[in-house]
Amino acid sequence: MNIHEYQAKDLFRKYGIPVPKGVAVMSAEGAVEAARRLIELTNNEVLVVKAQIHAGGRGKAGGVKVVKGVESAAAAARELYGKTLVTHQTGPDGKLVQRLLVEQGLDIATEMYLALVVDRESKRVAVMVSTEGGMDIEEVAATTPHKIHTVFIDPAVGLQDFQVRQLMFGMGLPKDAQKSFRKLVHSLAKLFEAEDCSIAEINPLVITKSGNLLALDGKINFDGNADFRHAAAWDELRDVSEEAPTETEAKEAGLSYIQLDGTIGCLVNGAGLAMSTMDVIKHYGGEPANFLDVGGGASQESVTKAFKIILRSPNVTGIFVNIFGGIMKCDIIANGIVAATRELGLKVPLVVRLAGTNVRKGKDILERSELAITAADSMADGAQKIVALAGGQ
Amino acid sequence: MAILVDSETKLLVQGITGSAGAFHSAQMLDYGTRIVAGVTPGRGGQTFGESVPVFDTVKQAVAETGANASCVFVPPPFAADAILEAIEAELPLVVCITEGIPVMDMLKVRRVLDSQTATRLIGPNCPGVITPEQCKIGIMPGPIHKAGGIGVVSKSGTLTYEAVGQLSALDIGQSTAVGIGGDPINGTDFIDVLRLFQKDPDTDGVIMIGEIGGNAEERAAAWIKEHFTKPIAGFIAGRTAPPGKRMGHAGAIISGGKGTADAKIAALESAGVRVAPTPSDMGSAMQALLNAR
Repeated sequence: MNIHEYQAKDLFRKYGIPVPKGVAVMSAEGAVEAARRLIELTNNEVLVVKAQIHAGGRGKAGGVKVVKGVESAAAAARELYGKTLVTHQTGPDGKLVQRLLVEQGLDIATEMYLALVVDRESKRVAVMVSTEGGMDIEEVAATTPHKIHTVFIDPAVGLQDFQVRQLMFGMGLPKDAQKSFRKLVHSLAKLFEAEDCSIAEINPLVITKSGNLLALDGKINFDGNADFRHAAAWDELRDVSEEAPTETEAKEAGLSYIQLDGTIGCLVNGAGLAMSTMDVIKHYGGEPANFLDVGGGASQESVTKAFKIILRSPNVTGIFVNIFGGIMKCDIIANGIVAATRELGLKVPLVVRLAGTNVRKGKDILERSELAITAADSMADGAQKIVALAGGQ
Repeated sequence: MAILVDSETKLLVQGITGSAGAFHSAQMLDYGTRIVAGVTPGRGGQTFGESVPVFDTVKQAVAETGANASCVFVPPPFAADAILEAIEAELPLVVCITEGIPVMDMLKVRRVLDSQTATRLIGPNCPGVITPEQCKIGIMPGPIHKAGGIGVVSKSGTLTYEAVGQLSALDIGQSTAVGIGGDPINGTDFIDVLRLFQKDPDTDGVIMIGEIGGNAEERAAAWIKEHFTKPIAGFIAGRTAPPGKRMGHAGAIISGGKGTADAKIAALESAGVRVAPTPSDMGSAMQALLNAR
């Protein structure tokens, strides 16, 4: 689960990590009062107005404006609010800006990078620093990997001070900043564990000309599996407008759904089978319209729901149902398919491949229904049939 | 002989009285698995089904019944605790079916696993392990399996069934099928299982099924090149998966250009693995390798 920069900075504050003074606003008008207050508070006319969307690359896309005075802050806010921002992480459709962060401007001497991530290879949380602040870490890793310094946290004892020293001496941190850096890294490690993060990134981490260390930007992702520990807090942080509404609706129905650009809808049980169903459609010249895993315990209702969600996309010219019954019995799925087809008056071609538990019963139910359902013997057979019926790209 | 489990395996089920635990324990008993004990805290003294005694703790259950494997059906908030309890009791094999365990919990479990040698963990978020006609630990449909000489190792449950179903339809039996799970932090990876298959005289060949995300497949490919001498076919799911999106499994995500299907397929092919072009060709790819010997 992603949260906004201003929400990440609120969490930073809670854990004693210094951030610029700032006010988050939900309208362009709100920015005026925020700017006035900040100027009063800091005695400095320079402000930064930042679009709050769940994507990086905002600076390059024009989503961050450095301004002077209340009037120009208001103008920047009016320009950004309601704008659709396209960055290298948003995809071509971009993201609508509905929240802004107004912050004090700072004189920056040095920009650095600091992040904690779950590292699958070492099976530990990795702490990474780099002197190349403000840059994409993937780019730094590709071009100048020696500039990245990494330590791994032993979950038995937590982050140790010697590891923080390795980081700061490794990157050649100025002496004046060392004390606050150590405190900051330990705080971020505490936050990471206590808040069940999967990523906590400060890019850039800056030293101001007056020598203060601050998190100028902040990105936090939470591990969705841990929501039972943070339900109330995460509900509050969640910005539903940032999520694809259909994906959210599917999730609430116990389905795992991801919208894609193609024309052939897929309804599958199991994540691996669902992914490879997309692959096999593509292999035979079609384009999948979605990833959809109905899970192991799908009911007639969830199958109907799945059909409704798939059909909501106007691009869908055919549906391929691919079920390998294990826990889920083919007859139950077949009943769900028949009920959904009748209820929705399905107009597009439907190919169904059933295998596994109670496959005979399932096939009988489909045959007896006398609906226009094409049966398939294997995934490959089904994919070829649906591509032939619904057309490739 | 097979690997990991056989007719001698004495299974304990953690969470045996929960709905998933109870349902699948009944299925496992039907298949012929020797379930000797169940554990549900607070339900000690009860009996599951006809004759399986239920205990409050794993330690009691092991002491009373001599169980040498555990299957965990405990819900995500308590699953890490259940795994740690099984490790403390030094059960040689722990199979965790539970999906949705927080990563922070699994990092701790993994740390404890790495500090001992008595216990091997399979999963979490996996269908389990089966040696056909001997022992089934997990949630896979038993009847599709057939005893024989092909090992299967996979991150995905349903793709394992797909491979097994194809093999059985071709009259090729399986030595053992192992689901290692789709979580980013797990207990046993491809290399661990391949090493066991390499040593197992009853395994003549292997199907390995991976998916996007992480680099376990690439590491396995490097290991195969050096050490694996039996015929091996493979499949990688997620060629068409868009980057940055989690495809159902917590670990199935392409991030920062890493973990793509194409890179994994290239690595496996360069290690001599016959990668099936579609998931429908896994069984026939294995058959072709066996015929070519």
